[in-house]
Amino acid sequence: MIEIRFTLNGQPVSARVAPALPALTLLRDSFGLTGTKPGCGEGECGACTILLDGRAVNSCLLPSALLDGREVLTIEGLESPSGTLHPVQRAFVEAGAVQCGFCTPGMIMRTVAFLRERSHPSDDEIARSIEGNLCRCTGYVKIQQAIRAAADELGVGGTEGGS
Amino acid sequence: MRIAKQSLIGKSFPKLDAPERASGRAVYIQDMVLPRMLHGAILRTDRVHARIVAIDTSAAERLPGVQAVITANDIDNVPFGHGKDNTPLKGDKVRCIRDEITAVAAETESIAREAAALIRVEYDDLPPILSVEQALRGGAPLIHEHKQTNVAFTYEYSHGDLAAGERESDVVVQETYRLPYVTHCCLGTSGIIAAFDARGHLTLYSVTQVPALYRRDMAQICGVPPERIRVIQATIGGGFGSKLDIYPYEPIAVHLARRTNRPVKIVFNRQEEFVASPTRQPTEIRIRAGAKRDGTFTFREIDFTHDNGGYTSWGATTPFVMMQAFSSLYRVPHVSMHGKVVHTNNPYAGAMRGYGNLQATFAVESSVELLAGELGTDPLELRLRNAQEPGETTGQGIGLRACGLRECLETAAKRSGWHQKRNQTATDRPRVRRGIGMASMLHVGGGAKIYRSDGCGTILRLDDFARLTLITGSSEIGQGSETVLAQIAAEELGLRFDQIQVLNNDTDVKPWDVGVHASRTTFIAGNSVRLAAREARKKLLSAAADQLRSAPEELDLRAGKVVRDADGEVLADLGKVIRSLHFGGKNEVVVTHHYYEPPSVMQDQGYKGDVSAAYAFATQVAEVEVDLDTGVVKVLRLTAAHDIGRVINRLGAEGQVQGGVVMGLGYALSEELQVERGRIVNPSFREYKLITSPEVPEIDIAFVETIDPEGPYGAKGIAEAPAICTAPAVANAVRHATGGRFTALPLTPERVFSELKQ
Ligand code: FES
Ligand code: FES
Repeated sequence: MIEIRFTLNGQPVSARVAPALPALTLLRDSFGLTGTKPGCGEGECGACTILLDGRAVNSCLLPSALLDGREVLTIEGLESPSGTLHPVQRAFVEAGAVQCGFCTPGMIMRTVAFLRERSHPSDDEIARSIEGNLCRCTGYVKIQQAIRAAADELGVGGTEGGS
Repeated sequence: MRIAKQSLIGKSFPKLDAPERASGRAVYIQDMVLPRMLHGAILRTDRVHARIVAIDTSAAERLPGVQAVITANDIDNVPFGHGKDNTPLKGDKVRCIRDEITAVAAETESIAREAAALIRVEYDDLPPILSVEQALRGGAPLIHEHKQTNVAFTYEYSHGDLAAGERESDVVVQETYRLPYVTHCCLGTSGIIAAFDARGHLTLYSVTQVPALYRRDMAQICGVPPERIRVIQATIGGGFGSKLDIYPYEPIAVHLARRTNRPVKIVFNRQEEFVASPTRQPTEIRIRAGAKRDGTFTFREIDFTHDNGGYTSWGATTPFVMMQAFSSLYRVPHVSMHGKVVHTNNPYAGAMRGYGNLQATFAVESSVELLAGELGTDPLELRLRNAQEPGETTGQGIGLRACGLRECLETAAKRSGWHQKRNQTATDRPRVRRGIGMASMLHVGGGAKIYRSDGCGTILRLDDFARLTLITGSSEIGQGSETVLAQIAAEELGLRFDQIQVLNNDTDVKPWDVGVHASRTTFIAGNSVRLAAREARKKLLSAAADQLRSAPEELDLRAGKVVRDADGEVLADLGKVIRSLHFGGKNEVVVTHHYYEPPSVMQDQGYKGDVSAAYAFATQVAEVEVDLDTGVVKVLRLTAAHDIGRVINRLGAEGQVQGGVVMGLGYALSEELQVERGRIVNPSFREYKLITSPEVPEIDIAFVETIDPEGPYGAKGIAEAPAICTAPAVANAVRHATGGRFTALPLTPERVFSELKQ
């Protein structure tokens, strides 16, 4: 067991963990952040995507020890403090990009990271940005449209996604 | 203030539950925790056919944190499933790789899994049956001894006179097609929590898509009277038919909960989901088909086998749906079908989106292509010549009231530029060919009467503040039914969405419904809501008319207000009208209900009859590029023309088409559960290839809105339809590009390359 300290959705937190415990398990079981989804536990579906220092990673393969000193953002940390959905979340809702929703938090986190790096992505780049995230329901089309809509909104005077 | 009249039907509305899911709040079975809850784990066999000689659970029992270990001897092991040939735990022998031997309940999931791994089982291996041919061979070992045969079911269907059909034919084609094992791959894996309360009543937190039947069957399997069972559906992470049946893990959780007197949760990991959730049934179909010189279809003769695997789940009943494609996809006067559903020691098959229709339509549409080739006719013209018209009844007794098949064919051809592209297979790269191909489908679109009732109940309750609680028997599995039903209620009652709460996940509250299957929810639950809402509307308008000293016909309900119908002038707040019903001395509340039963009939002994109140049609056109050197097939564009009657929620309907098409593309190109010697050798997303985002082609959707006379606002069902004819459209395009036969799926580069080499 080791003691780790990190920033979780803007708040400083600490935990005693077995170093190899997947961050996914820690976030879900110890912090109750069940918005991050276990789709495979093998790094193959992207449902468990979180942001680690702003980069999208699969939390199921991430040892908790590596969280120490880092900044972690999960789907629960995207809303404004007053509960307004993040523009990417809103875009997913409005575009019809959510069916069963199990892939959705991971897709959204991946998109947030992607749009921070590419504020004016091409259609190709959008399609490839979620290559590592599986969705069985939507056929990806409306997810791609949601990413486009979010890019457009964030690209034009948004508060996030600076190029 | 005035409010204009506005219809919601056909417009686009985001799913009402989408914010909950996009914010990470939605609670799936994975996310649920109850006080004192234990975690269950199941030990599955590693043999495919063997007698169980001994089970040693002692090491597992000694592991700290373990609360119970059960084997078949510890429980009342009630047979269940469509063939009553499965049991929760296996005591005598194992018949396929997923077979459940023992189960453990422990304080944590990792202890439970560790304990399960400590259990030792001794087997006597039996000769395995690894293929249908082997199972049918004389003297083959029996998989279920009491059945005295490895044939679980046979299906014989015919209409017309096959011999006459043969005589009328100028051309006859024949081919055998092999369709693979594929599986649902719901992103949310299977799971359950079973909890007994102090009265001995059982609550099941479940992901079932058929809660009413589930409750009845679980009662029988678990020995708990049904009136003491409550089923609460968690948010469901995808269904696609996988949650239509009961699987052993579910009664196992109940037995563990009973044994420990604590709530028990079992959730599959991904590997278990691949191994122990159902598959689409692999099928071999031989089809002969004939036509006259002018292209008129004369007959179809079909012989097929299903690999049913070790046990009987719903996969064994998919021939009911296959028959509809064989008998009624295009006009065919003479049809004869023989089918065998055969036990092997392979994984067993369940229900999956399309329910046999993907396999059957692949065979039919491939044979149509062969006929077009023999006749030297354009495949579009051949299909148009044999497309049914509205008002026809097919040889199987399927009544085509609203039938947009012709329009689907024409629309898909026009939008894809069929005629022009059909004449060109060359590209600017000498080793890359282009092709364009099409396929159509027919599927139930107004429920399917396979039980005595195919109905659904609705209860509507309007409270003092005009908040509507819409209680429906139907279930939300991600498909968007909640939103469509709210939309229908809003349309009838002039409510805003923020006034509506849908309750659809609790059998203690909701009225009976068959379940989410057969693409029935919009049609059946939609009609049920519409009719219950009409009744509420009548009541509200008459109360308002009383209060306003007006006539009900002169009033309307819009945006939560009572208005004058003629000009939309707001006359009263709806909440006030409702309050006056109980405060004003009338002693009434606004609660209405309706049980909608569609005007369909069960099939007769010969499988004839109009089982659905409506039928949906579609034509899809695929455009592909095939690299002759690598065998890689790239789908460039897919045009999908769907007759789903009137569109209710455009956004949701498009989502169903896109999701279905991409599932169909996986079936066509990449998905295969590889079963070798009865074992699944690719139980992970690394090796089982789902289509990913960059591989999705442009999908052009056209809705052919025939107005169904019985459907709500003219709507028919959609959910399964989009997945059904994608694979044959792609295969026909690849055939067009290369001239190859392509009798098996998926069209992986290896398969395409090796066929082109021949
Ligand atoms: S759960 Fe982490 S990638 Fe699937
Ligand atoms: S919405 Fe169901 S997996 Fe993506």
